[in-house]
Amino acid sequence: MANKVIVETNINGDPVELLCEPRQSLLEVLRDVLELTGSKEGCLTGDCGACTVVIDGRPVCSCLMLGVEATGKNITTVEGLASGTSLHVLQQKFLEHASLQCGICTPGFLMSSKALLDRNPNPTEAEIRYALAGNLCRCTGYDKIVRAVTDAAAALAGRTRPAHGTVPSETASGMAGEMLAKGEAK
Amino acid sequence: MAASSSNGFRVIGTRPIRHDGVDKVTGRAKYGADYAFPGMLYGKVLRSPHPHANIKSIKIDKALALPGVKAIVTSADLPALPDKMEAAGEQAINLNHLSMNILARGKVLYDGHPIAAVAATSPHIAEEALRLIEVEYELLPPVMTVEDAMKPGATILLPSLRNKEDGPDKETNVAAHLQFKRGDVAEGFKQADYVIEREFKTAMVHQGYIEPHNAVGIYNADGHATIYCSTQGSFVVRALSAAVLGIPEGKIKVVPAEIGGGFGGKTTIYLEPLSVLLSQKTGHPVKLTMTRAEVLRATGPTSGSTIRCKMGATKDGKIVAAQCWLAYEAGAFPGSPVGAGAMTILAPYNIPNILVDAYDVVVNRPKTAAYRAPGASNAAMASETVLDELAEKCGIDPLEMRLLNGSEEGTPQTVGPPFKRIGFKETVEAIKNSDHYKSKLTGPNRGRGVASGFWFNVGLQSSATVNIHTDGTVSVVIGSVDIGGTRAAQAMIAAEVLGVDINDVRPTIADTDSIGHTDVTGGSRTCFATGWAVYEAAQDCVRQLKERAAKLWEKKPDEVVFENGMLKPAQPGGELKPMSIKQIAPRLARTGGPIVGRATVNARGVGPAFATVCVDVEVDPDTGKTQILRATIAQDAGKAIHPSYVEGQMQGGMAQGLGWGLNEEYFYDDRGILRNTGLLDYRMPTCLDLPPIETIIVEVPTPGHPLGIRGVGEVSIVPPPAALANAIYRAVGVRMTELPMSPPRVLKAILQKRAAGEAQAAAAD
Repeated sequence: MANKVIVETNINGDPVELLCEPRQSLLEVLRDVLELTGSKEGCLTGDCGACTVVIDGRPVCSCLMLGVEATGKNITTVEGLASGTSLHVLQQKFLEHASLQCGICTPGFLMSSKALLDRNPNPTEAEIRYALAGNLCRCTGYDKIVRAVTDAAAALAGRTRPAHGTVPSETASGMAGEMLAKGEAK
Repeated sequence: MAASSSNGFRVIGTRPIRHDGVDKVTGRAKYGADYAFPGMLYGKVLRSPHPHANIKSIKIDKALALPGVKAIVTSADLPALPDKMEAAGEQAINLNHLSMNILARGKVLYDGHPIAAVAATSPHIAEEALRLIEVEYELLPPVMTVEDAMKPGATILLPSLRNKEDGPDKETNVAAHLQFKRGDVAEGFKQADYVIEREFKTAMVHQGYIEPHNAVGIYNADGHATIYCSTQGSFVVRALSAAVLGIPEGKIKVVPAEIGGGFGGKTTIYLEPLSVLLSQKTGHPVKLTMTRAEVLRATGPTSGSTIRCKMGATKDGKIVAAQCWLAYEAGAFPGSPVGAGAMTILAPYNIPNILVDAYDVVVNRPKTAAYRAPGASNAAMASETVLDELAEKCGIDPLEMRLLNGSEEGTPQTVGPPFKRIGFKETVEAIKNSDHYKSKLTGPNRGRGVASGFWFNVGLQSSATVNIHTDGTVSVVIGSVDIGGTRAAQAMIAAEVLGVDINDVRPTIADTDSIGHTDVTGGSRTCFATGWAVYEAAQDCVRQLKERAAKLWEKKPDEVVFENGMLKPAQPGGELKPMSIKQIAPRLARTGGPIVGRATVNARGVGPAFATVCVDVEVDPDTGKTQILRATIAQDAGKAIHPSYVEGQMQGGMAQGLGWGLNEEYFYDDRGILRNTGLLDYRMPTCLDLPPIETIIVEVPTPGHPLGIRGVGEVSIVPPPAALANAIYRAVGVRMTELPMSPPRVLKAILQKRAAGEAQAAAAD
């Protein structure tokens, strides 16, 4: 008897038919069956968020879902974030703000951030930190990630903010002070 | 705030987008686990469920019979190696210990110790096979703490281990005792008006890189092997794998993949030789990746430690004597960073009388590996909190106390020779003048703490080539991996020297066959040493460019100058027009052929790093939970090449230090089994736990380096635990002496203080 199951799903806008074993996680199917290795494995227990994909609008740890459960779902992975050669504004802002060092957590952060901005285009700093608390980054201390997402939200709303490279330090610490004030207010 | 910004530089000090950026935000960048090859098999490792046991037998027949299983290896498949320190590549290492850590030989020494490795057609089949391997153990008592390991009559981990003091006949768990001495501490303490002495314990913690270890090995019929892996040092992987496998070094090529964090933890080998061995047995490429539990159980965390620190000062705040005793967990094999702990613990201060004793102790825990300024954070937790207490006794502001006693140019280091120009006091001044330190902190249960830290940094060997292409663009080839902006920084150095646009420089990280020897990315050395090699290689291009221009202009090379990216005749005023690199590049063929600049360095004169941090906390007196309200770090970068990535190193190290201070710890039960093998229970800071981390880059150039660079990768992790302890004291009045300062520990201290206060009040009634 065959061990594998046919799964019909939609990935990054395209209908996909794939064969997988029932025991394979969605992450394993993405990486090993479909060669979409942008989603990363950091823990396999849903604690680090490096494998985050967006499924029907919600951020999901693809390591916690079976490949067969993808049937009939609309899945966006980091490979589907840019449009052709145009980067998504989040990708652009992560680059401008130097929000990645090693980059292994970046796909997961981008997908969690996308899910956040899709449902809340104007998040507060506290809301950003809450939405990204399921993604671990060990390199950056998160500061530059939070700035990039803040700036991306502003850019999406048509508001302009100076790019990080031109922000004098006074402005930078002013921003930190603003964030602190918000944190204290809650 | 950059103290002296980019004076005189065109590219250095700016913030261009990193060259590998697009690949890393689109998912295209290839990390070790992303490699796949036709016919590839998947490997898994059988690990000991016991912390200490003799292996009586290993039976693999049933596992081998499972359909899809292609090979199983144990230590019987590895050559026996000499049980002594030997050179492997550029480092001295006990190869027997290294080999025993790859696959246990006769004995398991920690929960998770590898015993066998399986290659199969799928990872799931390989996992099933592990369950069919039968191992018979004879259990031995686990030795989990330095105290137990050092007791007379303690159970011995390594029967052949000896130390110099106890001599050749005495079995021991103490691998080494080091001592550093200056002046006379007994006399020194006599001069002191105040003496503080405390004992500290710090927990074993892990680097916590998000990417688990991985390796793909391909062994060819001609005896050559290729390893694809995420590592901080491809040449180290080559040398150590060759030694463990008994294969000549030159027959292994290591291709460094993108690396998903290392922090020191990826400077040695675990899976790499297994991938080659399994490939050799099967004829297929074999990929191994670790699970998170394997990473935590069996890769190298950094040492837990016991440290006693005694310091004495005169009334006016002058520290006159210090005595320290440090014992660090090495893990299953010798080699903790206790020597570094001993040499850093008092380094920021000019103290006339010191005595430091340090012990490297084996215990039934995984062999420790480097972790960002290895050994220094433990040590600073002790010295920087004792100093804080002394400052309080003397009635002196803790930053003033550091300025009063701080090391500067000419101060003798713990090992003897004096410091050259360093920026320690500048970091203290930067915090003193920061908005953060000048701001008022109010509210109950809130406190502010400061602390400083020192790290040596290293130089070592690097190679670089710089190619001028026919269109005038430039490629830079290095052997250091990109662990957080390396490509960008190296490209910026070449662009600066050559006067070309940063976007006309393409940086490439080469495999071990394609670049000269380059030491490990560690000791904050990459920007300093590899950057130095790139600088010299670019200068080599400049020399050749001048020769070519001279040829075209029928002049001597010394009659040509190179300024702001333009080749010019040294004597202005003639008919000859200055030429850019873009203009001369198409004419290289006619003047002698391509230009390749090359340089190698064994970089000396490394500039030590200092950082000072300030943190505000609020402690919940009912739960003991500490919330960090504000955090600032000032660090001497010598010269910040790409300030964003310098800030990133400062923020990242600080975040790790804050996690070390408040949450992170290896939790072993009384049977010696690690109980927190996942990232839910090994609790690293999330973005909700941390405030924005403010950064102040101080720039005191390293004398002798052409760009003044100082390594920035490590020192940021040193002060945070102590700064937190000092802040918690000011918030709730308890002096914490144990890491992590988790809610139960802080609550216990608060309750003890309250009980003591009540007892005192009752006695007074």
